Amino acid sequence: MPADLFAIDPLNLAAIAGMALVTLATRFAGYLAVGRFAVRGRLAAALEGVPPAVLTSLVAPMAFATGPAETIAAAATVLAAWKLPTLAAAVIGVGAVVALRALLG
Amino acid sequence: MTTPAPRPPHDAFLEARRGFLDILPLLLGAVPFALLYGALAAQKGLSAVETGLMSALVFAGGAQFIAVDMWTTPAPVAAIVAACLLVNARHLLMGAALAPHLMHLPKPVRLFYIAIHADESWAVGLKRATRGPGLTSAYVLGMIVPFYIQWPIGGVIGNLFGGLVTDPARFGADFVFTAMFLCLTVGLWRGRPSAPPVIAAALAATLGYLALPGVWYVFLGAAAGTVAAALDPAGLKAQAEREAAHAG
Repeated sequence: MPADLFAIDPLNLAAIAGMALVTLATRFAGYLAVGRFAVRGRLAAALEGVPPAVLTSLVAPMAFATGPAETIAAAATVLAAWKLPTLAAAVIGVGAVVALRALLG
Repeated sequence: MTTPAPRPPHDAFLEARRGFLDILPLLLGAVPFALLYGALAAQKGLSAVETGLMSALVFAGGAQFIAVDMWTTPAPVAAIVAACLLVNARHLLMGAALAPHLMHLPKPVRLFYIAIHADESWAVGLKRATRGPGLTSAYVLGMIVPFYIQWPIGGVIGNLFGGLVTDPARFGADFVFTAMFLCLTVGLWRGRPSAPPVIAAALAATLGYLALPGVWYVFLGAAAGTVAAALDPAGLKAQAEREAAHAG
C-alpha cells in the first residue's frame, strides 16, 4: 500500500514530537547546568564517574543477568580490551558470545 | 603571540577521518538495530515517514525501541513520552560530563554535538577528550554526522523491507554494543578512582534490571555510579591533584 508510506497520523506525530522534545531537554539540561561555571572538586569527581557508570549500566543486563554465555563473553571482552585495540577486542567478544551460545545452548 | 598558527587545510580532513574511523565499528553495529527498529515500527502500523521522522527527531535507540513496543492505535502519547523521558534521563549526566570538554569548540559545533549525541558518539568523544589529544570540530563532525545519518536511513529501509532482520541475536549483533561499551569502559579506566563508579553502577543496574519494570535500571545504575564517584576519597584526591597540577 504505497499510499501508507507517507501517512502521518496526528496522534503518532504528537507522540514523536513529545519524545523529541523531552529527549532534547535531557540532552541540553545537563550541558547547560555545567557549562555556566567552572567544574571542580566533588562535582568534578562525580562527573568523572559518569562515563564508566553509564556504560556499565547499559551493559549490566547483558553482562550479569542474561546467561553464562553472555557473562563469560563479557569477561573475555574486558580481558581482550586490556591488551588489544578496541575493534579487535569487540570482534573477539562477539565471536565469543556466538560460540558460547552455540556451545551452552 | 597568543594566536595559534593556522592549521593546514588537510589537518581538518585528517581529523574528520579519524573521527569517522573511531565511530565506524559502532556505526556498523548500529545499522542492524536501525533496520530492526524500522521493521518493528512497521509491524505497529507506523508509516515509513513516521518511522524516519522519529529516528531523525528523537535519535535515541533505547527510547525508540521501548516506544514502539508500547505503541498502539491510537497512540498512548503521554505514556510513550514519559517512558522516553525516563530512558533518556541519563543524558542529563552525560551532557554534564561532556560539557567541560567542549568549551573550546565553536558554538554551532558544540550545540550540534549536544543535540545529536548518542551513547556511542558521546563515549568515543569523551575518550578522545580525556585520554587522547582532545576534541576538534572536524573530529566531532566526522564522528557524529555519519552516525546520525545512518539511523533514520536504516529505520526507513527496515520499515520498507521489514521481514529481513528479525533476530539480530542470531549473529551476535545484540552483543556488539555490550562488547563496544565494555571496550570503551576499559579505555576510560583511570585505575583506582574508576572502581567505585563501575562497581556501584554494575550492582545497581543489575538489581534494578531484575527487580524493576522497564528501563529504570539505566538511570539507577548511572546515578549510583555517579554518587559513588562523588563519595570516593581516592577520586576526590585524584581530582585535587589534577587541579593543583593545572593551577601550577
